[in-house]
Amino acid sequence: MKQPVLISNMEEFMEGVWKQNPVFVMVLGMCPTLAVTVSTLNALSMGLATAFVLIASCGLVSLLRKVIPKEVRIATYILIIATFVTAVDYAIQAISLALYDALGAFIQLIVVNCIILGRAEAHASKNPPLPAMINAAGMSAGFTIGLLALGTVREILGAGTLLGFSLFGPQFQPWVIMLLPPGGFFVLGGWLLLFAWYEKRKQGRLGGEVQHV
Amino acid sequence: MSESALQIFISALLANNFVLAMFLGLCPFLGVSGKLETAFPMGVATTFVMLVASLCAFGLNLLLTALHLEFLRLIAYIVIIASAVQLVEMVLKKYSPVLFRALGIYLPLITTNCAVLGVPLLNISNNHNFVESLLFGAGSAVGFSLVLVLFAGMRERIEGASVPRHFQGAAIAMVTAGLMALAFMGFAGLDKYQ
Repeated sequence: MKQPVLISNMEEFMEGVWKQNPVFVMVLGMCPTLAVTVSTLNALSMGLATAFVLIASCGLVSLLRKVIPKEVRIATYILIIATFVTAVDYAIQAISLALYDALGAFIQLIVVNCIILGRAEAHASKNPPLPAMINAAGMSAGFTIGLLALGTVREILGAGTLLGFSLFGPQFQPWVIMLLPPGGFFVLGGWLLLFAWYEKRKQGRLGGEVQHV
Repeated sequence: MSESALQIFISALLANNFVLAMFLGLCPFLGVSGKLETAFPMGVATTFVMLVASLCAFGLNLLLTALHLEFLRLIAYIVIIASAVQLVEMVLKKYSPVLFRALGIYLPLITTNCAVLGVPLLNISNNHNFVESLLFGAGSAVGFSLVLVLFAGMRERIEGASVPRHFQGAAIAMVTAGLMALAFMGFAGLDKYQ
């Protein structure tokens, strides 16, 4: 507790970005992760929408943490989350109808994203508003990075574009399977493999022993 | 409606399978599929909740539309689903305590299964009538259970296989699911067959 406030806040934030990254380490919130990441833009907007809901509902849950009775807490959290999701749903509909159509039912399905309920239960219900919101912001950043990692790979390989701009010229043969559902599973599998490899290598270095398999 | 009732059912069951083509309900798909003997009851419980939810949601939607309260739809659906899950929990606890204990934490988690919430939401966006809603719910629920059980069977085999070290755990599960999704793409167009 002796640390300067800024540094401990930074650590709290980075926890969600790296050490407990919701997509690559905890493997939570898979449905939107795989469904909307056919393009970078979709991935980014989904990340931002989830970030708003996550930060706002964690803040509110944390403010109300002494008022909410323990027996009905999960129901209360879901109602709080559903309220914010309805707001986001109408906001996106007003800002861009094309984006609303592209994301489809997945905007409303933010309600059942396990990351949000998980954060509300595990962190926001036990901590004051500021740390709860910083932790939520870190988690949202980690989630958005995960979505972008999938979205860019799938868009570049599957359509040969990045944010809609053509990258390789007209003779590029798009790898369409990457945009289809199996491609989503394969790309995510690849990223998980990369993370597992990195983690194991780091453990090997720290433990001072190198395993040869 | 151009689609027949059978087409809606087949489409939700195979061609546009909820898990492998529409990415709904992946959390239980990856979480509960470790063992065959929990995957099957989980599928049955989820099927029941999905049917009850799509039934109640249809009536509720009529009510909300009549009262011009469409913005409350999402919140109302969540409450319905949570109550349906509670009902299943109570019934199971009374009639099959063994199963109740086996499912454990995953039973209340049906509430946050996005496939369950997805059915009523998609029913609205596709303008399904009452029978179509029910068939769509049934098709997607059976499709979810089918894929869950198939995947659990495969994962049991993977347990015994020699998987490369870094692939162990989530990575190999993803690749397996991807191959399964490829296989299910073979059903594409089946719902258009006359």
